[in-house]
Amino acid sequence: MAYNLKEIVANKPSVFVSGHRMCAGCGAPIVGRMVMRALKEGDHAVVSNATGCMEVSTCIYPYSSWDCSYIHTAFECASATCSGVEAAYKSLKKQGKLKENENFKFITFGGDGGTYDIGLQSLSGAMERGHDMTYVCYDNGAYMNTGIQRSSATPHFADTTTSPAGEIIPGKMQIRKDLTEVMEAHHLPYVAQTAAFMNFKDLYEKAEKAIYTKGATFLNVLAPCPRGWGYSTDSLMDINKLAVDTCYWPLYEVENGKYKITYKPAKKLPIEEFLRPQRRFKHMFKPGNEWMIEEFQKEVDKRWQELLDLEELTNRE
Amino acid sequence: MGIRERLSGNEASAIAMKQINPDVVAAFPITPSTEIPQYFSSFVSNGKVDTEFVAVESEHSAMSACIGAEAAGSRAMTATSSNGLAYMWEMVHIASSSRLPIVMPLVNRAISGPLNIHNDHSDAMGIRDAGWIMLFSENNQEAYDNLIMAHRIAEHKDVMLPLTVCQDGFITSHSIENIELIEDEKVKEFVGQYHPEHYLLNSKEPIAVGPMDLQAYLFEHKYAEHQAMKNAKKVILEVAKEFEKMTGRSYGLFEEYKLDDCDVAIVCMNSTAGTTKVVVDELREKGIKAGLLKLRVFRPFPQEEIAKALSKVKAVAVLDKAESLSSCGGPLFTEVTSAMYVNNLNVPTAGYIYGIGGRDTTTKDISSVYEDLLEVVKTGKINNPYRYLGVKGVKNNGI
Repeated sequence: MAYNLKEIVANKPSVFVSGHRMCAGCGAPIVGRMVMRALKEGDHAVVSNATGCMEVSTCIYPYSSWDCSYIHTAFECASATCSGVEAAYKSLKKQGKLKENENFKFITFGGDGGTYDIGLQSLSGAMERGHDMTYVCYDNGAYMNTGIQRSSATPHFADTTTSPAGEIIPGKMQIRKDLTEVMEAHHLPYVAQTAAFMNFKDLYEKAEKAIYTKGATFLNVLAPCPRGWGYSTDSLMDINKLAVDTCYWPLYEVENGKYKITYKPAKKLPIEEFLRPQRRFKHMFKPGNEWMIEEFQKEVDKRWQELLDLEELTNRE
Repeated sequence: MGIRERLSGNEASAIAMKQINPDVVAAFPITPSTEIPQYFSSFVSNGKVDTEFVAVESEHSAMSACIGAEAAGSRAMTATSSNGLAYMWEMVHIASSSRLPIVMPLVNRAISGPLNIHNDHSDAMGIRDAGWIMLFSENNQEAYDNLIMAHRIAEHKDVMLPLTVCQDGFITSHSIENIELIEDEKVKEFVGQYHPEHYLLNSKEPIAVGPMDLQAYLFEHKYAEHQAMKNAKKVILEVAKEFEKMTGRSYGLFEEYKLDDCDVAIVCMNSTAGTTKVVVDELREKGIKAGLLKLRVFRPFPQEEIAKALSKVKAVAVLDKAESLSSCGGPLFTEVTSAMYVNNLNVPTAGYIYGIGGRDTTTKDISSVYEDLLEVVKTGKINNPYRYLGVKGVKNNGI
């Protein structure tokens, strides 16, 4: 059946429900809701959540925005926690202690802090062990929950509270870690990078594929943050689109080693289009700082070309 | 009648785990507890257990996976030592506050640093405020027996707290001693099935574990943990009674060895109790009324019972295999003296830090402690209560 946003929204309720306390204009709840919509009717889910924005604002005792079983333990170990739940499921199922016809899916959510940085070891371990689970990183490019500190996902030159754009040091001086590629280096059956883009088709279809591919799968989803990035709350979807159209955040998937770029912009926009609407890059547009934009563009171009090459290389007959 | 065997403490623990047959074991190797997951994974590989073995990439993940597995509704176990426990320290608190009855053999080893792989109790003392039931074991038999009783205590509806079974690294974990094992079927029946009230994999009742718990509720949840820990004391004794019926082996909160009529007593935990018993017997032969209180249950701390048991003693020495660096005694010493104070008991008591980093503690060392105590009885004076046993360069036990 062809993807139809109206039908999905109307017919596929998400177990991530309203009433949570995430900010207006935040990308993360949209990611959470859409990913959970990909759960097939009749299937159950256990969500494991790393400490972070999503966790502190969706499950405040005695309330929960999760209409499914949910577990949060700590910041760096959402993957290990989920792997324990999955191991229990396997064990109990094997012993006939759970109903034969009940199907559980195991989905972990973490921000870039809990995924790229403090949670990387736990993530790598769980993925390597091949638990039947999906890890979803909602990447907002900094530690937003504690007040916009830089992470290894923070883009080059971004102004954060621990990489402030000062007179001597103009923001974060290191380039962004490419976690999607790090996860692909685990040779997982399914790795994808996506965003809440256009009609959500890319995000929804990748979520469904990730959840229903057997084994450990990984989704890296761009999740803009109005407070950390400095954009108006109503322009979330525009920011997402600019990230994709400038090839800052390419949409692609890797299925058993085969790369597929799922969206190639007809006209690749210059990176300024993505940078300009965001306060965190404001200093890059001051006279004399043109070199920063040039360097940023160079890095985006390089990574985009690498991706095109990988797609070509892995699809050769 | 049980099965006579010769096993090391680690083997005994692994066999207890095999007989318990937990649903999930997640573990990471660390000396001297490494053998436990090693033996156990061979049981998994050879189909002796139904367990899903998760060979995690760290102890932090071991405890995290155990939390996930236990919250999911299964029985989860791990084993560790020293820095492994330190690394999982954060999760140790989350296990107890989520009220998950995980069971963990802890083979005691000195916490770094600098690095040392030998026995003391500094690892265990690091989780003394973490909401875990803590049982200590003199030898392989006790390590085994404590593990067989563990789930019955931890999973009791009035308790629902994790539990750790301590034994001394190398001293008992790697020493082969005689042991009496219980038949598999009897263990299975004794331990029983785990039927949690609420669990993640219950499709009829989805739950949330580990929410954000702010000013309005965390205090009440902590108080509930306190109540559970209080309840544990009664449950530990009930389970011990049932265990005695099955095996003939009797366990209490502590063991009183020639304590009831003694003048001078030592309080200690784990294998040092064995050494102390030998000295007590020797002294008794010389007509000296020496005794021993070997603590089995460190958490919950049986303060009232300890004070009562020591009420007729003329002088007490508390041996701590951990340095709390408070500059005034080790953790067991401060808890025992605190127990005395709140129970209006004023027995001259000295604390001895000993055996740090695996320093050997001989019968001669223990004898010197009893000699010190006899001096206290004679003079009625304690002088310096913060003493050191067997540290080079410190004369006269630091008195």
